[in-house]
Amino acid sequence: MYRQTEIVQEKSPGIVGESGEFTINVGPQHPATHGVLHLVITLSGETILKVEPHLGYIHRSIEKMCESLTYRQFIYVTSRMDYLSAHINNHACALAVEKGLQLEIPPRAQVIRVLMDELTRVASHELWWGAMAMDLGAFTPFFHAFRERESINDIMEETCGARLTMNYMVPGGVMQDIHPNFQRRVKEFLKLYKQKIHEYDELVTGNIIFQNRMKNIGILSPEDAVSYGCTGPTARGSAVSCDIRKIYPYEIYDKLEFDEVLEEGGDSFARYMVRIREMQQSIRIIEQLIDNIPEGEFQAKTKAVLKLPKGEFYTRVETARGELGVYIVSEGGTTPYRIKFRSPGFSNLSVLDHIARGSKIGDLVAMMGTLDLVIPDIDR
Amino acid sequence: MSKELLKLRITELFPEAAFDESGEWLNTEVPAEKWPALAEQLKADSHLALDYLFCLTCIDWKTHFTMVYHLSSTKFRHNLVFKVKLNREKPEVGTVCHIWRTAEFHEREVYEMFGVNFLHHPDLRLLILPDGWEGKNPLRKDFEDPVNMIRL
Repeated sequence: MYRQTEIVQEKSPGIVGESGEFTINVGPQHPATHGVLHLVITLSGETILKVEPHLGYIHRSIEKMCESLTYRQFIYVTSRMDYLSAHINNHACALAVEKGLQLEIPPRAQVIRVLMDELTRVASHELWWGAMAMDLGAFTPFFHAFRERESINDIMEETCGARLTMNYMVPGGVMQDIHPNFQRRVKEFLKLYKQKIHEYDELVTGNIIFQNRMKNIGILSPEDAVSYGCTGPTARGSAVSCDIRKIYPYEIYDKLEFDEVLEEGGDSFARYMVRIREMQQSIRIIEQLIDNIPEGEFQAKTKAVLKLPKGEFYTRVETARGELGVYIVSEGGTTPYRIKFRSPGFSNLSVLDHIARGSKIGDLVAMMGTLDLVIPDIDR
Repeated sequence: MSKELLKLRITELFPEAAFDESGEWLNTEVPAEKWPALAEQLKADSHLALDYLFCLTCIDWKTHFTMVYHLSSTKFRHNLVFKVKLNREKPEVGTVCHIWRTAEFHEREVYEMFGVNFLHHPDLRLLILPDGWEGKNPLRKDFEDPVNMIRL
């Protein structure tokens, strides 16, 4: 087998025997895990021998719940998975149901969906950037990131009525039309963002202490990234082309101009740079669309009760963390027979043990931070 | 590669393969005892090059289980689905986590949620459920939670 070290099954607090190996627990309540993630780390001195995640502290059994919810209802639960990409989760589910119904959605709804997705991506990366810098000991960036993120949240609140769990995208289109202020406020945000973005690089990216802590840490080879099922910025930091928006385009992504961001290094700094550059690509998409929202309906006409034909439907979208897959097995009823969410965080977490082995414990937060884990997305 | 060519290539590797083309992607059914050996070939084959396992899950059909493997090639960008039928009384299949490492966590999830035993898995134990849940598999259709959140 491929394991480098033997598995230590028994929990052993303190130093064990003459080997000098000992285990420590990080979490489930720990500021650097950004949620209730529990890591059992086996150390020899300061060197990490093994990282073993213990999950389930926020497991709500969403897949089982969805089996008794209708195709209109189950979308609301998915906002609670990856709560920083709530729009994109809803989008994936709406797409899966539309695929089953073979439903065309109006162009206006498509553009609104893409706009919301990209705003979400920026907001999610903003929060990641602030939290990541905070993990490494810099507290100021957190406030800078939230300054911009707040204005996105305000825009969302006006249109969707919520700041976190949006439930805005429904099968057939979007829940309601955009707020009259939407375009104006997005343009204001773009202006603000462009004035402030250089601060990100001045504060963190170009900072020598920060760079020293990020470079050559947690190196992930392209082969391992694919084998571990890593997606999103985690894999693109290892130069693996995996952007679903480019490979299997959905909605209007094939008509938009944007680049897939790839970095060569495979270390924490490469993953960091991918996300920083990805925000700019999202801004580029928003700029292309904000003045070109077509007139028309925002929702296709659908029946009150949705029934999917017998069969299997799989959709993949690109969330801020990577590839989200929604796999619906339908028996022809109003509720799914089985539903599986292939969440990006679950696979990205599985690589942590691999990249952390052999490095120092102090570097662990620099690795975990750049995997951008959202625990409810992992546990589901 | 088109569906037809993929089909030909899979038949070359595995002559008894049964295909189902009703879905978006080509579905292939494989007997459980043949699966790990075939999986290894699927990844190594230069025409298929299925190096990315993007989804691994199980479906409880009440009479039997079906393991579903969604595979993709990062080189050719084709997607294929492989299905393995398992006996519900004694669900057992060989692990694929030495081929696609992401399977290690996914198989642990299926093990606790459905009770499928993955032979030769390096570390098969509960991942999400708390200790003491062995023997009760929440995603099986006959599992009833004493507190059902939906019917409350």
